[in-house]
Amino acid sequence: MAIVELPEGVAITRLDKLVSWCRKNSLWPMPFATACCGIELMATGASRHDIARFGAEVFRFSPRQCDLMIVAGRVAMKMLPVLQRIWQQMHEPKWCISMGACASTGGVFDTYSVVQGIDRFIPVDVYTPGCPPRPEQLIRSILDLQEKIQREGTVAGREFDAPSRQRPKRALQP
Amino acid sequence: MTEPETIAALKRRFPDLTVSEFRGQTRVVAPPESIHDVLTELKEHLGFDLLIDVTCVDYLNYRGAKDRFGLVYVLTGTETNRRIIVRTFVNDPEPTVPTAVDLWEGANWLEREVWDLFGIRFAGHPDLRRIVLPEPFAAHPLRKDYPLQGRGERHNFPVITRAES
Repeated sequence: MAIVELPEGVAITRLDKLVSWCRKNSLWPMPFATACCGIELMATGASRHDIARFGAEVFRFSPRQCDLMIVAGRVAMKMLPVLQRIWQQMHEPKWCISMGACASTGGVFDTYSVVQGIDRFIPVDVYTPGCPPRPEQLIRSILDLQEKIQREGTVAGREFDAPSRQRPKRALQP
Repeated sequence: MTEPETIAALKRRFPDLTVSEFRGQTRVVAPPESIHDVLTELKEHLGFDLLIDVTCVDYLNYRGAKDRFGLVYVLTGTETNRRIIVRTFVNDPEPTVPTAVDLWEGANWLEREVWDLFGIRFAGHPDLRRIVLPEPFAAHPLRKDYPLQGRGERHNFPVITRAES
């Protein structure tokens, strides 16, 4: 009877893949809809383009019950501390999708009160361009995030400790 | 009461008003000392009982401007179905105008917005504080000498990375 020698860590990587598969297929979004992209977010959750079929079954409005924050719309400087607090209240593992041009870069609103990209202050995983992005684009970004989770996910969430994820994506420029 | 009658009644009471009319829109310019009396007269006796808006124009770089801030009060009569625009001009430093809150309660927030964005004080306002911008904001952004992109207030926040969240 041949005894198959498994390399070390196979059980763990298999477990990682299983847990990542579970996590990616049950991403519950926290809709942080501030502006027009929120309408497209609602349209994505409605029946024609349904994100429930990708596992995002419910839009829980409590950050304690979500693992994906979708920031849809421009974030004013008055709203940014609220955004940061909601992000900190979410449990690990958590991901963030920046939906639309305004959340990603400030969009057309290069003014004194609009934050020019939430990735200056929040770690963002996937950016969705568009003004507003069509529901198909948002679904594409959720699928991209699912691929990212499957590729890099670990049981204990060690992928978030990687150095590439530690620094903010952009230098803080006014 | 037709428009010329309104104007005539106003001019009888306040002889130093400037009145102009353009394409159906009547404008009355009052000095800031008598703006409250003009508004009272318009509200009580001439039938303009609804305050639509209080706003301001900054004439800093405007050719031919004599004063810096032009306050605009838009009044409507609900029974006469007429509109009138009342203007007054104030200057730096410390532009101050008597408040219209005792005439119209709705002027409370409208004047707070003008204070927030232009920096015009309303004497006698019960609660003059910022309404659309956060309280620690240190400037009045709709003035012409404030840059569009701001002076860094919009990015003056702590950064949260994956390590801290």
